[in-house]
Amino acid sequence: MAAQLGQFALALAWVVTVYSVIASLLGIRLKHDKLIASGRNAAIGVAVCITTSIACLGYLFAVSDFSIKYIAAHSNRDLPFYFKISSIWGGQEGSLLFWGWILTMYTALVVIQNWRKHSSLMPYVTAVLMASSLFFTSMHLFAVNPFNQTVILSSQMSPLPFVPRDGSGLNPLLQDPYMVIHPPMLYLGFVGFAVPFAFAMAALITKQLGDTWIRTTRRWTMVAWMFLSVGVVLGGKWAYHELGWGGFWAWDPVENASLMPWLIGTAYLHSVMVQEKKGMLKVWNIVLVIMTYIMAVFGTFLTRSGVVNSVHAFAQSPIGGYFAAFIVVALSGSLYLLFDRLPYLKSENQMESMVSRESSFMFNNLILLASCFAVFWGTMFPVISEAVKGVKITVGPPFFNKVNVPIAIFLMFLTGVGPLLAWRKASTNSLKRNFLWPAVVSLATGVVLYVRGVQHFYAWLAIVMSIFVALTIFREFIRGARARSGGTGENFVEAIVNLTFRNTRRYGGYIIHFAFVLMFLGWSGQAFTTDASADMGLGDTLELREYTLRMDKLGIDDTPNYTSDKATVSLFAYGKKVANLYPERRVYKAGTEPQPTSEVAIYSTMRNDMYVVMAGATRDGKKAVIQIFYNPLTMWVWIGAVVMVIGTLIALLPNRKTPARKRQETESKEETKDVEAKVT
Amino acid sequence: MKRKQLKFAAGSIIIILTLSYLAYSGYQESKTYYHTVPEIYAMKGAVDDRTLQVSGDVIPGSIQREGKIVTFTIGEAPQTLQVKYVGKQPLPDTLIDRATAMATGKMGPDGVFVADTILAKCASKYEKEKAAGVELTQKSN
Repeated sequence: MAAQLGQFALALAWVVTVYSVIASLLGIRLKHDKLIASGRNAAIGVAVCITTSIACLGYLFAVSDFSIKYIAAHSNRDLPFYFKISSIWGGQEGSLLFWGWILTMYTALVVIQNWRKHSSLMPYVTAVLMASSLFFTSMHLFAVNPFNQTVILSSQMSPLPFVPRDGSGLNPLLQDPYMVIHPPMLYLGFVGFAVPFAFAMAALITKQLGDTWIRTTRRWTMVAWMFLSVGVVLGGKWAYHELGWGGFWAWDPVENASLMPWLIGTAYLHSVMVQEKKGMLKVWNIVLVIMTYIMAVFGTFLTRSGVVNSVHAFAQSPIGGYFAAFIVVALSGSLYLLFDRLPYLKSENQMESMVSRESSFMFNNLILLASCFAVFWGTMFPVISEAVKGVKITVGPPFFNKVNVPIAIFLMFLTGVGPLLAWRKASTNSLKRNFLWPAVVSLATGVVLYVRGVQHFYAWLAIVMSIFVALTIFREFIRGARARSGGTGENFVEAIVNLTFRNTRRYGGYIIHFAFVLMFLGWSGQAFTTDASADMGLGDTLELREYTLRMDKLGIDDTPNYTSDKATVSLFAYGKKVANLYPERRVYKAGTEPQPTSEVAIYSTMRNDMYVVMAGATRDGKKAVIQIFYNPLTMWVWIGAVVMVIGTLIALLPNRKTPARKRQETESKEETKDVEAKVT
Repeated sequence: MKRKQLKFAAGSIIIILTLSYLAYSGYQESKTYYHTVPEIYAMKGAVDDRTLQVSGDVIPGSIQREGKIVTFTIGEAPQTLQVKYVGKQPLPDTLIDRATAMATGKMGPDGVFVADTILAKCASKYEKEKAAGVELTQKSN
């Protein structure tokens, strides 16, 4: 029943989507308000249909209805309930339906939120979003339908319906709490960029190329960016937790797929400020918003189509053509429109100085794009070289690192410097005032670090740069708070809080920058990873830096879903016992071929992680093959991600209003500061 | 104004050239030629000491562990290739009989492929469209 309902809702959604596109466009043509309103309502209707459909899929998982192929292939009776639900996005068909669902929900939200405010843009926004949606609904319906029945080939090779007694289970690598949450976050980010894209298109079509579309989508873009960032980091966390090779980023095609839209999206978030303040980079911003969305779709395509080999490209399937067609249509359509509207996008100002806010944004954009380009090139190189030279050549992490490590360090430098440069042209005096102390202190720390043995060049530079940036950020908060408490009589902490909430965009931005300092530190810790391994029987010990491991027990754990070889290991730091760790090697029961997976055990502190993998057992079965990794500072990557979310949430808040008199004061203060910057 | 723009162009070009150089050297350092087992056979002795990535299905029962060194055979008889894994990291869990393995390394003089990285995909179990029905039949018997 649920399957039929889900299927019907999908088909209905397809029809209504087509109607919504046509009604919106025709309504504008005929200036027929009721038709336009009907197109809008249809968009909301589509959201209801797809919601019904995905709810049906969830229900089918919940009741383990194995007559449906997707359920049979991605679940089994003894799978824990939350994994049954996360199986909705655990495979090809379901994850695409999930993508489409988020898109329709976003569309409904945008339409409801903005209808009154931007009545001339909205019909086009609806049409663009619904056209995107049409692509996904078509794919659900005709190529990767999650409601297909399980069939068996009979002797005459004709398919017969068939209900297996149990499903073949969810891929063990996906049976991980981070996999429950990582895909939704990533998709919320990917799909979120459809909204600024749609507004940009609507602005181009209607020639309303002022700031409206940018101001309207500012919060959307930030929310999408936040989800995408969280999604990327959670992907790393999953890899760290589940893949058992001791690290969190390997430049795997699927990881790269999520990084590329992030890089361009980040460039867009910055360059858009130049347009708001100075009326520059208008064409560029539209190019970025187009590229971000296309890269998000391309990323989904890379992940789902299996076009490049990857550790976790879980799929090989017929959707490649659909995606290629969509990308070609969206890209050529939007670029044509942009080209046609170029005369409306004249810049209002020009770059004046190398040492100015504008130019720091420009370099930020240049290297973010260079990074994206390098990642794209490296990821697609096997495909490109095969097409051009007939040989498949892959490039490995050294390629990605060589390009991206210097880029990241340069970006960190800009993070510290850019926000404090004046618009137009920064004076030598202001440079000295802002950067002298942070530079001196960070270099002094650098000397100390070097003497104490931090001699890996890039890691050293990354750490020194992180300190420099952190100091410039602290200095900004302190300076602002001092000025404020001087004027208002608030104490220092109050002043910092009020400062932040009265200018959320600026100080939220600083907090996000600080979050990246933390992540950067965590990342540079990777340069100092060490490892060891041994075959360990009962009582055997293994040492690495300040840690000692002792094998206490080798046992077997049996649950309905899997059996596992489980080791109990005592961990000592400087000779003192700090934890019991339980690395496991599990064999999941569902499916025909048992596949072992290792469950790593991690002892995490702010200084370092001790990462313990049970790689297997020796042939006589008496000893466990244990591999350990010592990873300095890794926790700061995750802490940084949390701070990043907090910073973004603050930046999303509206500025708290200041009482009238004070507002005038602060405004005039801001003005004098600007004047000062211009004069000096 | 013209001079200012020239400065920007020069700055950008320096950045791009530096990055291109880094990209090129990274490419030289890590480029790997991808081949299937039959292609290796077709090339006969022509493979020099280039880094190769070879992919093929693991022949059931061929995985042998001796200390830290693991050997297994990939391909389809009669064209098979013995792979000797000497890498540091633990082998992927997905490396089991019949899995598709991708080994990165160099061809040894004795015709054994010496790999320092192994990726493996258990394509036979998950997501393979046609196999689903067949597998499920086996299960229900």
